[in-house]
Amino acid sequence: MEFTFFSLLNGLSYGLMLFMLSSGLTLIFSMMGVLNFAHASFYMVGAYLAYAISSQIGFWPALVIAPLLVGIIGAAVERFGLRTVHKWGHIPELLFTFGLSYVIVEVVQLIWGRAAVRYVIPPELSGSLFTAYSTTFPMYRGFMMLIALLMLLAIYLMLTRTRIGLVIQAALTHPNTVETLGHNVPRVFMLVFGGGCALAGLAGVIGGNAFVTEPSMAATVGSIIFVVVVVGGMGSLAGAFFASLLIGVMQTFAVALDNSLVTLFGRFGVDFTPDTPGYEVLKLSISDVAPILPYLLLVLILIFRPMGLMGKREG
Amino acid sequence: MMTSNTTTMKYSPLNLGRWLIWSFFALVLIIAPMIFDKGASLSILSQMGTIMIFALAYNMLLGQGGMLSFGHAVYSGLGAYFAIHAMNLAGNGAIWMPLPLIPLIGGVAGMFFGVLFGYVTTKKSGTTFAMITLGIVELVHACSLMFPGFFGGEGGIASNRVYGEPFLGITYGPQIQVYYLIAFWLFISTIGMYAFTQTPLGRVINAVRDNPERVEFIGYNTQRVRYMTLILSAFFCGISGALAAINFEIVTDENVSAFRSGAVLLFTFIGGVGFFFGPILGAIVGIFLTVVLGDFTKAWLLYLGAFFIIVVMYAPGGLASLIMLNLRVAKFGRFKRIFPSLAAVSVSSVIMLLGVVLFIEMLYHFTLESLSYGTERQLFGFTVDTAAPTGWLVAGAIFIVGLVFFRMTKKSFQLVWGDVNTEIEELIKGGKA
Repeated sequence: MEFTFFSLLNGLSYGLMLFMLSSGLTLIFSMMGVLNFAHASFYMVGAYLAYAISSQIGFWPALVIAPLLVGIIGAAVERFGLRTVHKWGHIPELLFTFGLSYVIVEVVQLIWGRAAVRYVIPPELSGSLFTAYSTTFPMYRGFMMLIALLMLLAIYLMLTRTRIGLVIQAALTHPNTVETLGHNVPRVFMLVFGGGCALAGLAGVIGGNAFVTEPSMAATVGSIIFVVVVVGGMGSLAGAFFASLLIGVMQTFAVALDNSLVTLFGRFGVDFTPDTPGYEVLKLSISDVAPILPYLLLVLILIFRPMGLMGKREG
Repeated sequence: MMTSNTTTMKYSPLNLGRWLIWSFFALVLIIAPMIFDKGASLSILSQMGTIMIFALAYNMLLGQGGMLSFGHAVYSGLGAYFAIHAMNLAGNGAIWMPLPLIPLIGGVAGMFFGVLFGYVTTKKSGTTFAMITLGIVELVHACSLMFPGFFGGEGGIASNRVYGEPFLGITYGPQIQVYYLIAFWLFISTIGMYAFTQTPLGRVINAVRDNPERVEFIGYNTQRVRYMTLILSAFFCGISGALAAINFEIVTDENVSAFRSGAVLLFTFIGGVGFFFGPILGAIVGIFLTVVLGDFTKAWLLYLGAFFIIVVMYAPGGLASLIMLNLRVAKFGRFKRIFPSLAAVSVSSVIMLLGVVLFIEMLYHFTLESLSYGTERQLFGFTVDTAAPTGWLVAGAIFIVGLVFFRMTKKSFQLVWGDVNTEIEELIKGGKA
């Protein structure tokens, strides 16, 4: 019970952080048709900027300034890079962001070095939130969940209740009509791209100190969020939400379980020895296969439900 | 390309141009190690050969099929693993398999996994295909660390390519013999892949790239066309993986990683996806940038990434298209007109590049090395103190001079270039009409 409860909580907080990343990716994709390969790089930039700012003027200003800076960088990338490539179609756009991800990692190493930096949780958030069944739940995990939920609410309100949100929604499906009505669609694109990057930056600010702030952090999370976006259904925000939670919870449970097929069959009195054919596969515990579970899910989803969990049509 | 001037089909039993080009290619492969015979150049040439096969196979998907794959290292990497196990088994005497045939094992293994994974990945096209292939490569990479028995864990699987009785004194111990083995397979594979572009399947995959909907309408199953192309491409990838295994005598998990796929994608695109020979150029430039430049500077990945971005933004046809466009201008006898402005633009770009390179090198030294090696370093024969402002000012000044010069020359070049190409296009149209 204790294990289930805490794994569920940890999984939810990890899943919510995945959603902070995949929501920006999904927004950008559904709006511009661009799969931003450098999205996880912006997450990393957010973490590093937060480290730099928080070491000077503290964590709370960094929480606001770092995502804004990342958003500005993202908008500049759209304005001066992507817009030039746009006329050649979606594949060159994807390739552009792919090249960008290389450059960003190198520039980050150029500025902050190749080793991990000491970006720590601020002291006012480092206590425990509550204790249940003699296990404590760290306050920072709760803070992460709170920020993610607030962000979810803010996106929802902005997309449905504000003028710019309505323009964005309209530009998703009918960009030409929106342009005819006098809205500057390229500028809307720039705002969406910058906004999506800012969300990734925010995830970096609160994820960087919960995990490790290092140059490889973009690669670690990068492929997972692509899995989230495909599993949820390309371009579906709600799908991305459920897929993030699913993958977050699944990963958290998996790393903690060391049952394997050998122990499972052992329960029924069937014992395997190292001489059994296929013992290498049978002896693998669930925690051993945890890294491949998201990708297995991806393959299974594509075989049995190609449009994704919440996708509307086949791409 | 050679016969683009003739519009009617005619029976030509001897295509002289084609024979000349292929003989020239073979000749280059034979004499290359005699010209570049210093130091590590032989191993660099061998590496280039394996990457050329890889990039050409990759271009079967990206250039000819319009399928952006991030998962290509799976086929070459698994081919390499099977090849190295075959080498070990043959070395033990468990199976009979002479070394020159090992690439076939890699190719068949790559093909097998192409059949397996391609079934899932080719269900989709475009961006979704790209993401699924990324998922597959991560899946295989994660698996490679789970099964140390086959993949050798972090250390990889090592082997020895010198086994069995030497045939005509060839043991494959010396690098030169391995080079010629790679060159032989490169030649065969290049012919095979070029022949593929001439087959009905090779033609239909071009159509699928350009307009899948129409291809569906005239009765082809686009998914099956993509699937079959991927299987063939995986075969050649497996060959290249096996040759790399023979060359390095070790295969590690890096061979099946997304990083490896990304590298070959960069090379292929830089070379140019629109022309058959583009990936060959890309492999030369790419290996030069990674291996040779990697000896001089730690910033090679930054240069490679930035170069790739510039190619994507300003020359999406890659180096091959730049060469072919200039050749076309020369063919119509107008190269003299563009030469002055082309030279001016090139010189100013080089000046600008020099400034940027100086800046990046000093920054790298300052942030990553100055603590352990002191703030001074050698750059282009000068000793620069990266803590003092002088070097930075010089780098900045060079960059600004280059930039101003570039801005001045860019406009007139664009004008002349546009004029000349419009004239040429009109000539071509006039000739055809």
